[in-house]
Amino acid sequence: MTDTSTFDREYEAQFGDYFALLKPRVMSLVVFTAMVGLLVAPVAVHPMVGFTAILFIAVGAGASGALNMWWDADIDAVMRRTSKRPVPAGKVDAGEALAIGVALSGISVVMLALATNLAAAALLAFTIFFYAVVYTMWLKRWTPQNIVIGGAAGAFPPMIGWVAATGSISLEAVLMFTLIFMWTPPHFWALALFMRSDYDDAGIPMLTVTHGRKVTRAHILGYTAVLAPLAIGLAFTSIGGPAYLVVAIALNAWFLKGAYAIWRRDEVMAEADNFRVEKDFFRFSLLYLFAHFGALAVDAGLRMAGVA
Amino acid sequence: MMAIRATHEIHKRRLSRNVGVAGVLVGFIAVVFGLTVVKVTNLGPVEGFDHVVRPALIEADK
Repeated sequence: MTDTSTFDREYEAQFGDYFALLKPRVMSLVVFTAMVGLLVAPVAVHPMVGFTAILFIAVGAGASGALNMWWDADIDAVMRRTSKRPVPAGKVDAGEALAIGVALSGISVVMLALATNLAAAALLAFTIFFYAVVYTMWLKRWTPQNIVIGGAAGAFPPMIGWVAATGSISLEAVLMFTLIFMWTPPHFWALALFMRSDYDDAGIPMLTVTHGRKVTRAHILGYTAVLAPLAIGLAFTSIGGPAYLVVAIALNAWFLKGAYAIWRRDEVMAEADNFRVEKDFFRFSLLYLFAHFGALAVDAGLRMAGVA
Repeated sequence: MMAIRATHEIHKRRLSRNVGVAGVLVGFIAVVFGLTVVKVTNLGPVEGFDHVVRPALIEADK
């Protein structure tokens, strides 16, 4: 037998290239928030069951990432931030990304159902559908509210973790969802303010392009102002505690201060210092989310130890 | 049966991929096995659903 044409590709996709399809950095946030959602739930879960649940929530998130890369290969190739992703870089075929995405979606949902319960599995299936179809296929290229609605997909993991443990949704789960949901728009719009040419080139209707940068700055402040009371309000539910309350008050005050500074600036000021305030705000927004969920975990630990 | 003797260049090129996939599969088996052990041991005593009536396992009338 002679070599077939598939052997003649200049580049052989390595394991890491397939792994990159799952958006490992997004996955790390999913693992962390889903784990906290599961840990703070009032029902104790066997460590092996908990581990399996978080593993397959992460796999499901990765699957939706692969589906996103399959569908968006054309615009990813245009944007500098995403042009190195495996499909636009020519390392992995778009069809392979689709196959991996579909296969892992099925495996993750079935395994979560077997490990925990049907409600959690249904929620995971809905999350994958929401991110891959509602966000990626319908909204991203059509409306400047893409970030707001797409943020819901990223907000589901702690709720799935909670449902995996308890079997139902409660106020605490909804507030954890709201925390990420309201945090996403200011986080991404700050990025859009300083990565501006990217989204223009790709023709994605970001708010900065459709409604202007001044409106975007106002939106960042508006969402941050609504986010703050909701984030602090979580401290007064059954999963809140002293650590969370202190962290929420401090970080929301700082976040609001940053949003206010962004709102007050215009483009001349922003260009003068190369978008320093916007970049700081974006970096701080990552810490903001990790610290809130970290504090929830700390309070859960304190309750377990009987301290609080 | 003829085994593949000659090492083709593709075997080298795909080594990381094949080892990676093997690792994932072994990991998946380990997870399913571990989960099964936990689920089955948490069921409590599982007997009495046999073809023979076991009076000791039938709850007393309330």
